[in-house]
Amino acid sequence: MIMKKLLTIFTRPALLALLLGAAAPAAHAQADLLGQLEQDTKKDAPSQVVDATFKATRLINGHTVQTPGEGTMVFLISHRFGALNSGAYEFFGLDQATLRLGFEYALTDRFEVGVGRSSLGKTFDGFLKYKAIQQTTGAHQVPVSVTLFTSAAVMTQRMSNGIDYTLGKRTAYTYQALIARKFSPDLSLQLMPTLVHRNLVINEGEKNDVFALGAGGRYKLTKRFSLNAEYYYLLPSYTADHYRNSVALGVDIETGGHIFQMHVTNSTGMIEQQFITQTTGNFFDGYLCFGFNVSRNFTVKQRARKI
Amino acid sequence: MAYLSGFCRALTGPAAGVWARLPRRGGLGALLLGVLLGLGRPQAAHAQAKYLTRAGHISFFSASIMEDIEARNDKVAAVFDLATGQIAFAVPIHDFQFKRTLMQEHFNENYMESDKFPKATFTGQLVNAAQVLKQLPSATQPVEAEGSLTVHGVTRKAIVSGTLQLRDGQLVVFAYFNIAPADYAIDIPLLVREHIAKSVSVRINLTCDAVAPAVATHP
Repeated sequence: MIMKKLLTIFTRPALLALLLGAAAPAAHAQADLLGQLEQDTKKDAPSQVVDATFKATRLINGHTVQTPGEGTMVFLISHRFGALNSGAYEFFGLDQATLRLGFEYALTDRFEVGVGRSSLGKTFDGFLKYKAIQQTTGAHQVPVSVTLFTSAAVMTQRMSNGIDYTLGKRTAYTYQALIARKFSPDLSLQLMPTLVHRNLVINEGEKNDVFALGAGGRYKLTKRFSLNAEYYYLLPSYTADHYRNSVALGVDIETGGHIFQMHVTNSTGMIEQQFITQTTGNFFDGYLCFGFNVSRNFTVKQRARKI
Repeated sequence: MAYLSGFCRALTGPAAGVWARLPRRGGLGALLLGVLLGLGRPQAAHAQAKYLTRAGHISFFSASIMEDIEARNDKVAAVFDLATGQIAFAVPIHDFQFKRTLMQEHFNENYMESDKFPKATFTGQLVNAAQVLKQLPSATQPVEAEGSLTVHGVTRKAIVSGTLQLRDGQLVVFAYFNIAPADYAIDIPLLVREHIAKSVSVRINLTCDAVAPAVATHP
């Protein structure tokens, strides 16, 4: 009761004055609250993964370090037409076309699986792709992203050249380390050391293993439009002497859930076994094949909230 | 003398006895207690003026006829200075989590350009601060803050509405406002214009801890 009475003696203005009076000396230090906040948060700025190094899972013919986000399925339609220098009779290559249809699905943010079917050689392919290292800024910097890629392809075309084709002989494998760095929001470059192993080679003197070093990149001209280039150099070998390095130049156009990639290349295959080891056209002689990839992303499974 | 004896009883009596009085006397009791404790330990009085968090929640929601877009972020940094009624918060754009990963990529790459503009910030002043702060210890206060909101590199005057509440020594803040992407030079291409609302509603939920002046007021 005494306490209750006492409390009523203290009127509110008096109390407030007391309270503010006590706090007043600190007031001058609060001029730049935001600056202070930023300074505070800068001290323990977390590492941040650099993403969107490339827009799509393909640079042009080959893969990029990108994998789709967890639960995302990508439907990829790719076309390569015939050579531009085949003349008007062939409608500058548009009369011929090879096609690959593919599905990719990301099981996690770092791991995806894919399957595809190419009209060239009636080839089925399947691949695994894993983001092993992610480029990171901040406290723990990592300069590059590294994605590991492996695929198997089975050519199913009926052959009548007298060779006994078993399933094993029709199969070829690719192993790649995709190493990329996003130098700026606009510029990303990638290196692709590659090994392609064919179980069967036809030509005398040709090795089963083919080593190649790919290099490529993209430069974004606008937020949704980029220029891409890709080159696969065959290391000295029989294959290097008898086939050509794959060259490709193109653009990415992004529209919502679609990415359109249009390009010219001297390769008519769209999987590593084909465009790295079986390219015959001379790009600089006008053997340019117009082609495109269209990818459409579907969210199959929404990501569990990270809250 | 009576005052002093009451004073002593309040300080030395069982803690439960002191707290039991607070609801009855409301804000006055809390204020008195604050002053009493504050006088005893001047440092503590300063500490109660400033509240800070680095793990505040923010979410936004865009509803359109084509699709709903929603994202959350629990890395909001905020400072409240109850001595002056000043408020500041900073939102790291890159930490917004979407259910659809492609949306998240587009949000960062194409719309917010989070490489160029990594943070959205607000600095402001409570409207009618003296009145609000006087009432704050007793009850949840509906408040408005006036200040500048910077999003996507564009700074505009903004009014943020919300509530403030002191709870168990923490300052609990709830705020909501709307943002029109067009106001902040966020370019939305014609093709997807139907997918993104003209006005996006933003909600903020912060639980700020009192900070000691030694930490908060370093130069």
